[in-house]
Amino acid sequence: MSAVVEHVACTFCGCVCDDIVVECEGSEIIKARRACAVGRGVLTGRDSVVRRPTVRGREVEWQEAVGEAASILEQADSPLIYGLSSTSIEAQRRAVELADWLGAVIDTTSSVCHGPTGLAMQAVGEATCTLGEVRDRADLIVFWGCNPADSHPRHFGRFSLSPKGALTPNGRKDRTVVVVDVRPTRTSKAADRFFQVNVGTDYEVLSVLRSLVKGRDVQVDTVGGVSVSELRDLADRMKESRYGVAFMGMGLTMSRGRHLNVGELFSLVAELNEYTRFSVIPMRGHGNVAGADQVLTWQSGYPFAVSFARGYPQFGPGEFSAVDMLSRREVDAALVVASDPAAHFPHAAAEHLGRIPTIVLDPAPSVTASCARVVFPTAYYGIDAPGTAYRMDNVPIPLQGIFASGRPTDEQILDQIIEAVK
Amino acid sequence: MLGVLGGRVYDPQNGIAGEVRDIWVKDGRVVSPEEVDQEQAEIIDASGLVVMPGGVDIHSHIVGAKVNAGRKFRPEDHRGNERERTETLRSGVGGTVPTTHLTGYLYAEMGYTTVMEAATAPLVARHTHEELADVPILDSGAFITLGNNHFLMKCIRDGRQETARDYVAWLLGATKGYAIKIVNPGGVENWKWHSNVSELDDEVIGFGVTPRQILEMLAWINEELGLPHVPHIHGINLGRSSSARTTIEAMATLDGRRAHFCHLQFLSYGEGKGSLQASEAAAVAEAVNSHPSMTVDVGQLVFGSATTMTSDGPLQHNMHQMTRNKWLNDDVESETGGGVVPALYKRTNPINSVMWLTGMELFLLIDDPWRVFLTTDHPNAGCFTYYPQVIRLLMDRGYRRQVFESIHARARKGALLPELDREYSLHEIAIISRAGPARALGLKNKGHLGIGADADITVYEDVGNKEQMFAKPRYVIKAGVLVARDGTVVEERPGRTLYVAPPYDDESEKNIREYFNQAYTISFDNYSIGADSLRHAERIGCG
Repeated sequence: MSAVVEHVACTFCGCVCDDIVVECEGSEIIKARRACAVGRGVLTGRDSVVRRPTVRGREVEWQEAVGEAASILEQADSPLIYGLSSTSIEAQRRAVELADWLGAVIDTTSSVCHGPTGLAMQAVGEATCTLGEVRDRADLIVFWGCNPADSHPRHFGRFSLSPKGALTPNGRKDRTVVVVDVRPTRTSKAADRFFQVNVGTDYEVLSVLRSLVKGRDVQVDTVGGVSVSELRDLADRMKESRYGVAFMGMGLTMSRGRHLNVGELFSLVAELNEYTRFSVIPMRGHGNVAGADQVLTWQSGYPFAVSFARGYPQFGPGEFSAVDMLSRREVDAALVVASDPAAHFPHAAAEHLGRIPTIVLDPAPSVTASCARVVFPTAYYGIDAPGTAYRMDNVPIPLQGIFASGRPTDEQILDQIIEAVK
Repeated sequence: MLGVLGGRVYDPQNGIAGEVRDIWVKDGRVVSPEEVDQEQAEIIDASGLVVMPGGVDIHSHIVGAKVNAGRKFRPEDHRGNERERTETLRSGVGGTVPTTHLTGYLYAEMGYTTVMEAATAPLVARHTHEELADVPILDSGAFITLGNNHFLMKCIRDGRQETARDYVAWLLGATKGYAIKIVNPGGVENWKWHSNVSELDDEVIGFGVTPRQILEMLAWINEELGLPHVPHIHGINLGRSSSARTTIEAMATLDGRRAHFCHLQFLSYGEGKGSLQASEAAAVAEAVNSHPSMTVDVGQLVFGSATTMTSDGPLQHNMHQMTRNKWLNDDVESETGGGVVPALYKRTNPINSVMWLTGMELFLLIDDPWRVFLTTDHPNAGCFTYYPQVIRLLMDRGYRRQVFESIHARARKGALLPELDREYSLHEIAIISRAGPARALGLKNKGHLGIGADADITVYEDVGNKEQMFAKPRYVIKAGVLVARDGTVVEERPGRTLYVAPPYDDESEKNIREYFNQAYTISFDNYSIGADSLRHAERIGCG
């Protein structure tokens, strides 16, 4: 049986491109038109075999695995629920509910990615817009500490560099593109202007830029390896733009200064709105990490690093974030949804994860799954099951269930675990 | 089956004003006594107690993109306002913007069972509905912002009324919305050009249309489609000293058509002495009194912490510049925008004091309680949990006087409020907090206790302090089930989502699709929300 399905969404990255046309044969996707190379790999390369869950590496019935997972979580004094950025809203809702009933700590991949962005937003706010406003209005684009040419391959073509929009009818010609980074990248090669700043100096450069925008006297000639007169030109160009947009990434969040760097950029953007219109969009990585922030916030009030141990939500980045909890060995069981912390966390945290009973819900094999006590090979949202993912600009995109897969969804497994622990 | 027996019933829709009645309930509806096996029914003895329909809030911001952004960026608002989970109920945090489950609990504990979400950008309506699925107990519907919509403004410019009508019908169905919302018509689009509008005949940049034309068009469309509610309008100049003038002008423009003007307090100011604006409540109330087809809600200011959040982008930027508090802005492609700024309203602040008394004056000067409704524009002028305090201010002029004496002297000087002796009766409170809003929303089964009504019932103990009375109802019944007792939720039930889906010409969907592919960054087919993806959905008929 072959079929063509249109407007399929790819959940690999925060662009959540939903214009993809897939060609299917049997239970496989053989072609994914319009998708980027990465998206094509995700869509066509998925494991479509229905696999049984395992407990200690042994295949068992679903019910037995659910029972084992529930008993691990019930016996734990300090369980951790982690991941969530690559699953659907429906599963995220159940995961937070489970954390509430268990008195668990819940954290998402945000805490090792754009967590500092969230903290900056809490400190100074955030002037933002949807990606369509970027395409249609923006005549000045700034990429700061991010490299969409590699990380978000269709970002340039759909939103930020070349597309023709209502007020940008000539596409690339109607936009000035500026890149600020510590090294040349494929993104900086596409820019009109590249500022290479010294490692760890983003905060200083941003501070000077804020001063220049405000017309204040700046006493130095260079900052972070960049000449102040060139920054003055940038400040003027920003103020003269019709509608400017800054995209920012881990170059700001994961370098020295972290949330302070981001806060400085967000403040700069806010202040530019006294002269013209300017927005900032965090370049979110995982397909539904924005959704994970949203769900945690609407159910608990906080976007990540939330503890329910006291019976109510408490927010504590550094205290309740997964890396810190694990490194300090304050966790005695973990449930990981659609994420691979054992592969990506610092050694101390990953090592502790290997010591405690761990439950994994993931459609794909992972390092974490390979050393977990209980593994549920669940359905791929957007291929085997419908759902919702929130794009990096927080626009919700529906995901289709293209195939009627025999795999249960994360939501269904979490529902059964909730049922068992309640 | 349930009987609420022997209470003093206030059911203004059915002309019952404090008479002792029995209310019988079966399958979630109010039924006649014969339909109930009275031996088997659960009986609530309401003798000596006051019985009203469940509260209906016509304008509140409880879910969706802006609300959640307001939660996310105010951790300081949550701390100290936590609620612990119980065996059966979820935990949450409160402050000015409570989490979803807590929002449902707090409204129910106050005797409210229906709450309308007052502003949703169409593009992110799916988010609104996903949050609603996590709001227990309350029935709810979402108002869809249309006052700065590109497709609509193009239709107005090109004189294509029917296309505009079909588009709105399609959009409401696609987003599973309940009503047309208009926020600062044209002004939000102009904000994307770093500008705004200040007169009804100002031009919307790039479209050559005016705020007046947008109001007129949407009022016409609303009538053509026979929507259950009327256009729900947040006018131009909110917060400015020209707002009373343009509000009155907008009412005159729509004369003869039906419309609802929301949080009118924020739009009833004139020039005062120095930089202080003055209450123009008298003039605005007179305009309301003389336009019988208009309804309003007040958006009463409550002193204390609040979070301002509107689709009015330029207003929120002004708030940020004025208060220097942190600021969120979100421009939404082809449709609208919005912002969020925390606020702290103080009696010692003359502007805040004027805002407080403007709201009070509106309540007391608008003659017909069927046309003025109780809101705080939650969480803009204060949290909804302060409704009992507002009720006390309306029912108790001694208390009102006492608060008036405590506000800033510059606001007191020359104020009309001390001359207004009117006190609301329980019957009038029942009108402004349930019967009136339900009627204005076109919810035929809400806001009353006649046969066939939804069995949403609140039972109060009639104590002297009306704030206490309304803060902790003795019993709250939602769809025939006791959900709260003595101001505490005892059972969580799912609420329903109310939506409209007016018919439209299929041909016009083709036009919209063509336009859509140019105007949006998501696929047309991924824009519409299926009714099956909502929590318990109920389609409300049009026409």
